[in-house]
Amino acid sequence: MLTELWPTLLLTLELAAATTIVLLLIGTPFAWWLSRTRFVLKPLIEAVTALPLVLPPTVLGFYLLLMMSPDSAIGSFWVQVTGETLTFSFTGLLIASVIYSLPFMVQPLQTAFESVDRRPLEAAASLGASPLDVFVSVACPMALRGFVSAGILTFAHTIGEFGVVLMVGGSIPGETRVVSIALFEYVETLRFNLAHTLALILLVFSFVVLACVYTFNRRFAVRVA
Amino acid sequence: MLHIDVRGRAGEFEFEVREGLSASGCTGVFGPSGAGKTTLLRIIAGFQQSEGQIRFGDDIWLDSSAGKLIPPHRRRIGYVFQHGALFAHLRVRGNLEYALKRQQGPSAFTFDRVVTALELGTLLERQVQQLSGGEIQRVALGRALLSNPALMLLDEPLSALDVARKIDILPFLIRIREEFAVPMLHVSHNVDELVRVADRLLVLAGGRVQAHGETAQVLERLDVQSVTGRFEGGSVITVMVLRHDATRRLTVLRFGDTDITMPILERLESGQAVRLRIRSRDVALATERPRGISIRNIVAAEILEIAVEPESPYAEVLLESGGEHLRARITQDAVAELALRIGSKVFALIKGVIFDHRVL
Repeated sequence: MLTELWPTLLLTLELAAATTIVLLLIGTPFAWWLSRTRFVLKPLIEAVTALPLVLPPTVLGFYLLLMMSPDSAIGSFWVQVTGETLTFSFTGLLIASVIYSLPFMVQPLQTAFESVDRRPLEAAASLGASPLDVFVSVACPMALRGFVSAGILTFAHTIGEFGVVLMVGGSIPGETRVVSIALFEYVETLRFNLAHTLALILLVFSFVVLACVYTFNRRFAVRVA
Repeated sequence: MLHIDVRGRAGEFEFEVREGLSASGCTGVFGPSGAGKTTLLRIIAGFQQSEGQIRFGDDIWLDSSAGKLIPPHRRRIGYVFQHGALFAHLRVRGNLEYALKRQQGPSAFTFDRVVTALELGTLLERQVQQLSGGEIQRVALGRALLSNPALMLLDEPLSALDVARKIDILPFLIRIREEFAVPMLHVSHNVDELVRVADRLLVLAGGRVQAHGETAQVLERLDVQSVTGRFEGGSVITVMVLRHDATRRLTVLRFGDTDITMPILERLESGQAVRLRIRSRDVALATERPRGISIRNIVAAEILEIAVEPESPYAEVLLESGGEHLRARITQDAVAELALRIGSKVFALIKGVIFDHRVL
């Protein structure tokens, strides 16, 4: 049974890990900027960032599908450069996951950065540290708990996504067929044993992750407001 | 020389300071809460924006008309905050090494020298969270020194500490001034603290400079009263330590041509010149030398000036005795009854010398 489930589980973990890494790279400077800026359009940018929290995943998935389709500007450009379509591919799925999970990375990080006392940052500057140096050597270590929360939440949330994957990725074994999709198909095809196993794995995993987050720190959880 | 010519808004009031500050020794920046002291320091550090110019030696740190603004990390400053602002994710050693790694230019302030001067040796492996308030400030001072600053900016470095801790830290501040010879700006709302460490005072109120000069001279000027508050008013005199009288537990000091005494302070050495602060409310006047009185310190003096405080029963009297200036705060009623006027010979009764090392 596990041999049949294994490619699906592995793909799911790969997608979640890749999404988390990409979001760490993108979300960290973005969250830092949000925590410091006095830009007038900041509330709008925050609202856009939080959209995936409230939109039905199918809505998001629908727009992403349109955006990535070979008929669109982005989709056709991708086909020209790589020879492959973005839709129904791992890369397309990764891009969709990154957008879908963005608030789970950015919001805890932004909260963590906002709660960093400005005085140690100023002290570092007075000691000769450049703004980038201050960010890397003081702000990030002081926001460490925010990083852990954000990373775990992003990873877990990516594993749990369904609607976006269904719209953008479909269910190609080894390429886009992740756990949540596989579970849906097992139920549809009445293979309840496999469905049970997969559901239990997801349930236990999610519980362990959330227990870790809440044990570790409650402060940097996701908020919609 | 640090030339400051800055203006802007600081909270409720307009802020405007145009001064040349000495680039040696310690300048105390004094004033009541909300006077703009910290604002001034933050502008000098570059943490806060402002209009105008700041020049330190040949370096231009700010010239808003030319659009020039040097960021804090390129100003060669050492900033010490009220609460230390240590890096909580690093141990004491890590905090010090952070500064050492970013040290600008060759420095005579080696790690060992700073650690020794501030007695940080036993604290090096401690977590920042385990330090007492006084230890935090010592580490913060050491960290600032290790960055090899050309100018130290101390923002109320003692105000978060209780009296006992303050007394522990003050000698370190004095030691830093003497051993490392970095010019310092020391912000405080506590005159007695500044008398100990500052060669000069810059008095701020409402965002403007009220007085600037030698500590003793600034403190004896009558118009500083309105800033320092009545109970803070006083004078600073320089006296010489003559000897300690162990049996009576007194230290005998030479004040002009009179001997005065204060509770014994064995830390002082004979022949050493020390500055004492005498509050004007602790000085009473008599037209004849009183007898049968418990006050020990009575000096002959001449009245230089009498300033009547409007809408108050009090008057401030400026006195001269043995080349030093003293101030007394007495009632206007007493001035009239004793027929005091400029040139009158009086006896000043000093009830207390508050500036000993135990009273801050």
